[in-house]
Formats: sequence, C-alpha cells, structure tokens
Amino acid sequence: MTRDLLPTRTTEFSLSDHAHALHPPTATGLDNRKVAIWTFIGSECLFFASLISTYLIYKGRDTKGPTPDEILQIPLVTFGTALLLFSSLFVVLALNGAQRGNRKALIGWLAATIVCGIFFVSMQVYEFQHFMHEGLKLQTNLFGASFYTLTGFHGTHVTIGVIWLITVFITALRGKLPPERALNLEMAALYWHFVDVVWIVIFPVVYLMK
Amino acid sequence: MDTHAAHAPEAQGLDPHEASHPGPGLYIKIGVVLFVLTALEVAAYEVAHRPGALGTFLEPILVPVLLLLSAGKFALVAMYYMHLKQDSKLFSGLFVFPLIIAAVVIVSLIALFIYHYSYQRGML
Repeated sequence: MTRDLLPTRTTEFSLSDHAHALHPPTATGLDNRKVAIWTFIGSECLFFASLISTYLIYKGRDTKGPTPDEILQIPLVTFGTALLLFSSLFVVLALNGAQRGNRKALIGWLAATIVCGIFFVSMQVYEFQHFMHEGLKLQTNLFGASFYTLTGFHGTHVTIGVIWLITVFITALRGKLPPERALNLEMAALYWHFVDVVWIVIFPVVYLMK
Repeated sequence: MDTHAAHAPEAQGLDPHEASHPGPGLYIKIGVVLFVLTALEVAAYEVAHRPGALGTFLEPILVPVLLLLSAGKFALVAMYYMHLKQDSKLFSGLFVFPLIIAAVVIVSLIALFIYHYSYQRGML
C-alpha cells in the first residue's frame, strides 16, 4: 500500500543517476540531507531573531557606558563585512567547480573562502579584545550583554563554518569530492551563506543604527 | 566520444536543479552588486552623521534606507547564492516560513516593549 503511494524513480525522482546511487529514493524526490540542512537553517532563523530582538529591545537603555556611539568601529567591521560577502561569492564558485568536476577551481575558491572566514573571526577576536580593554564586558551594561551575546553567537557560527569548510577542503585535496558528492560541499556552503545573511542583518542593526 | 554528451549535466552527475544553477559570470555580478550595496550602506551612515543639507535630509530616513539595502542584499544571497530561485519550492518554504515567524517575533517584541516602557513612563 505504502509502496503504491510512492512515486516511481523513472517518472518523478529528480536525483541524477550518480547521486541516486549515493542516496536511496525519497518520497519528495529531494535528497534528505539537503532537506535537513534547510530545516536546520530555518530553525536558526528563529534563534537569531530572538537574539536580534533582545539587542533591539535593550538598545539605548543603558544607565552607564561605554555606549555603542563611544565604542563601535565602523571601518574595521566594514572590512570584515566585505570579507564575509566575498567569502560567500568564493564558496559558490567553489561549489560550481565541484559540480562541474573542476578540481582546481574547487580547491582554489574553497581555500579563499576559508582564508576570508579566518580573517573575519580574527577581526572579531581583535574587536572583542579592544572592547574589553575599553571597559566593555559582558556584565558592564545592557549593551555589553546583548552585543557580546549576539555577535559572539554569530562568531561561533562562523568558526563552526570555517571548521566544516576545512574538513570539506581536506576531502577535496584527497580527491574524494567528485561531482556526484558535491552535495557535501553544497550543505557546508548553504550553512556558510546563512551565516553571511545573518551578518547582513546584524551589520546595519548593530553598527550603523547606533 | 561526443564532447557535448560528455558535458551534459547528467554525464557529470548533476542534478537537473544543479544544472539550472547560474554560472560564475552571474555569481561575480551579484558579488559586485553586494559590495556596492554595502558601500552604499556605509556611505549613507557617514553622510547622515555629517553636517550639511544632505545629512539633514538623510538622518530621519537612515533606518528605512539601511533596512531596504540590507533586505536587498539578503534576497540576492538567498535567491542566487543559496539557489532558492532555481531549487525546489520546498526549500524556499523551509526557509521563508521561519523567516516570516522571525520577523513577526522581532516586530511584536519591539512593539510590546515600546508599549511597556511608555506605560511605565505614564505616556499611555
């Protein structure tokens, strides 16, 4: 009975022959791993929404400094934002290379993505150290608490993304990322793009709407 | 061997959705647009905080301008880099539905706290 309800491979499944060999048929015709990563990304939207709304609610309600006006550095963070945007471009070019079997493009663009990610995390570590030196700690005021929580969680996501991309990079270096396994990179890339779009929201909300 | 057949999406193990993904040319164009939009955001912030006619004009509308530019960047990355424009609509649903809930949560909480603080100050 259940078998009858499932679509047949020849008529409705969109997975290619190679990908099909790596993944059993699904009722949706879509790879379950890709559905899973999108579901995860959807849940992450709600996670960051709660952090962003907390930041906005507490914005401007500090009884003592340092306040955002006194401490935030626009040029440094603009550079970090540009790095993250470029890394999104690089990872999509790496994915394009992986899907077309272009190993040189895959490895080159993936390495560039990882370098951008490491620079972004370094920028954030430097920024946090600078703020600590200026007297802004997690417990200093509402701005400190909400700022470090929001940007700290984002930075943690970027760090996890960098580690994930490095594992994919090592797999690619070993020649174990042929086109039919490009989904392994696509999932990491989707996560990476999500981290980028979250920063696209955080950057103006925290740094430009002071 | 037929060269064209060897480069066909199926021959390369590509999913038909993957085969419809844009090429590097479009990705680079979108990258340039994203960079320009970021530069515009920073420029709007700088101009709004400087004395002068343009700064006076821009300051009250800075937040909507920044939100608009940010939404544009968000949409470009989601549609083209995350391939929501070409991929299955199920993925769009899995992303957009929580996104709508997230936006509602943010707006509702801000409205609730504005009401709360106004009430505390006796403004209501």
